[in-house]
Amino acid sequence: MDLKYTREEETFRAHVRAFFEAELPSDIRAKMHLGKRLRKDDLTRWQKILHRRGWGAVMWPQRFGGTDWNVVQQHIFEEERAHIGAPPQNAFSLKMLAPVLMQFANAAQQEYFLPRIISGEDWWCQGYSEPGSGSDLASLRTSAVRQGEDYIVNGQKTWNTYGQYADWIFCLVRTDTEGRPQQGISFLLIDIKTPGITMRPIITLDGEHEINEIWFDHVKVPVENLVGDENKGWTYAKFLLTHERTNNAGIGACKRALEKLKEIAADQVANGRPLIENSRFRDRIAQVELELMALEITNLRVLSATAIEHRALGPEVSVLKIKGSEIIQQLAELQMHALGHDALPYLREALELNWIAEPLLAEHYRPYAPSLSGHYFNLRKTTIYAGSTEIQKNIISQQILDL
Amino acid sequence: MDFSYTEEQLSLQNTLQRFIARDYDFERRRALARSTLGYSAEAWSQYADLGLLALPFPEEFGGLGGNAIDVMLVMELIGRGLLLEPFLSTVVLCGGAIRDAAPESIKRSLLPQIGAGKLKLALACYEAAGRYDLSHVACSAVAGGDASHGNGTGWWLSGRKAVVLDGESADYFLVSARSTGDVADADGTSLFLVGRDAPGLTLFAYPTQSGGRAADLRLQNVIVGADAVIGSVEQGLPMIERAVDLGAAALCAEAVGIISALNEATLSYLKTRKQFGVAIGKFQALQHRMADMLIAAEQARSMAIIAAVHCDSSDVAERRRAVSGAKAYIGQAARLVGQQAVQLHGAMGMVDDLIVSHYFKRLTMIDLTLGDADFHLGRFSDLLLRTSFER
Repeated sequence: MDLKYTREEETFRAHVRAFFEAELPSDIRAKMHLGKRLRKDDLTRWQKILHRRGWGAVMWPQRFGGTDWNVVQQHIFEEERAHIGAPPQNAFSLKMLAPVLMQFANAAQQEYFLPRIISGEDWWCQGYSEPGSGSDLASLRTSAVRQGEDYIVNGQKTWNTYGQYADWIFCLVRTDTEGRPQQGISFLLIDIKTPGITMRPIITLDGEHEINEIWFDHVKVPVENLVGDENKGWTYAKFLLTHERTNNAGIGACKRALEKLKEIAADQVANGRPLIENSRFRDRIAQVELELMALEITNLRVLSATAIEHRALGPEVSVLKIKGSEIIQQLAELQMHALGHDALPYLREALELNWIAEPLLAEHYRPYAPSLSGHYFNLRKTTIYAGSTEIQKNIISQQILDL
Repeated sequence: MDFSYTEEQLSLQNTLQRFIARDYDFERRRALARSTLGYSAEAWSQYADLGLLALPFPEEFGGLGGNAIDVMLVMELIGRGLLLEPFLSTVVLCGGAIRDAAPESIKRSLLPQIGAGKLKLALACYEAAGRYDLSHVACSAVAGGDASHGNGTGWWLSGRKAVVLDGESADYFLVSARSTGDVADADGTSLFLVGRDAPGLTLFAYPTQSGGRAADLRLQNVIVGADAVIGSVEQGLPMIERAVDLGAAALCAEAVGIISALNEATLSYLKTRKQFGVAIGKFQALQHRMADMLIAAEQARSMAIIAAVHCDSSDVAERRRAVSGAKAYIGQAARLVGQQAVQLHGAMGMVDDLIVSHYFKRLTMIDLTLGDADFHLGRFSDLLLRTSFER
């Protein structure tokens, strides 16, 4: 039992940090630091920089261009990424779709799609949820009917994160209506520019455009874009969701958010003193920090157990997802609350890097302030997406507790 | 980064598990808790035979040279088995203080005897008006006691000590007393080794809510020699605080043992108890509660590991942060699991005949021992202030 990093791991951390320090473009860093709006170009530019260094997909096996790093190295990489304020990579392609392709796709699909993902050439979005199928995903109705060498896809997907950036969408579609709902689902890769696809933005409560809804009207998808076997899509989908949830522990992001919260609480003033000296507020920070301290170790315990036992991650990732999503929400909430009534102004233009506050406003309104309330509202998503907290508890009940 | 136990640790765990299964079942434990002694003298000597009582002491003093992880492992099983013997007081708290701070001569005379099961000690570091504040010491130490007790002048000790764990069975007490300064000053306090039979020492003993026993002490001009001081004269507080942190980390592990046992018992009840024609574990409200308890148990275990790894650190801030963080977190987790285990057992959770209520009571008392969740959250929180100033 030992929580220390080895000397090799510390050296490794120094390498990663030095790379980030040298290569993260300063405009992207500033945007991340102040919570400004990121654009597709920022994200793909960063992906290309990582790819040039051979770190475009550190979680992938080496034979696909990854690193074969162990879980501790991956943890360090993610921690350093968050610490310096580099943008997160596209999890939909790198951490969700890619493992499915590696596990279940044919060689031609792997050879075509994986290099384009790691290079940042293709942007992928996820086509899972439908208006009538959220938590009950298996009830999905978007249909794909075989017609010669094509599938004809009809239906609607929704909540497609960064769909507006996407070149491709991976979709769960219904290829069979007989039997149990889970049995007739297939996993299809669809070029977003195919005729018959319409995308519309969904504006979320923070006023931003992050998610979309997508209609499919007689969309022709070549049969070679089917992953694995027809009607086996549910197996692939569940495999993907396990990967999705692991990423959602988000320890690195939580640690960065906690640092930022402490900085804000030291900078904000209450009764003429730094807010952090107010024990009522400080205790709330302490309470979240405790959850995070525990989760970091719980996360490492889960990862090291799977590494030692040479097995894939199982339902225990639900524990990580529940806690990680709650912690990041609590941190965002405290960041906003630290502002007091400076949380009220809603200035959409203030999310641009070149924004300058009116002198009167600037007297009390700090440069980090504009994004915090929207961020709080936006992060209510974390306990809802990727399987809501309630769905995770169902999984724990059924698959761990055997109830 | 390594979360595995060594071969030796696994074998120790195994031995203790077998001991509990064979010699310390629930009925036996209940009888012991009601007995005059309050624990099993036989078990105590078995612990000595197993090496438990010498576990964290250096080999030169007859110890096994174990670390805080070994202690964590033992404490977890002490929790699971609801063992009543004064391991925490004798080995962890007093043994730890003596090992870390006592003069060579005291180590040489006491540690081997503790290891052999021949001596029990109790730490008398709290007073009625001080709550969990270790610096609150009204008990006085006046220089000039009986010189015949040791080299030079000794001390007269007078005052009262509250809720001394395992006080009644102790052969020696470690008593904090003040020779200079005001009642809550950080300086001026020393820790004294006082024999159970010292003239002027009286004790009122009582059972505690969770089995085991405690006592209040009264000292009236108790004379000890100059060589009875453990650690630095008038600068004893850091060392007392360190010993209490070792104890708090150990209590965290004990709580984790109980939390897992309680979750197992509750889960099994959910699967067997039938109402409305089905096992009650089929109801989603109960399933989600059980899921919350499982999450709390995993998080609590992680915190107990953090406490164990850092509780003997020489970096005081790191030690305080880890131990208080863990004690606060585990106090809250224990409350959740304890209360919900009773709730999910329904009326069966209320009865004395079932181990569930005993686990619940022990968890509750663990939180209130050596600083409760609020106390430790405050201590952790105040450290945040210090670190943010340092930046």
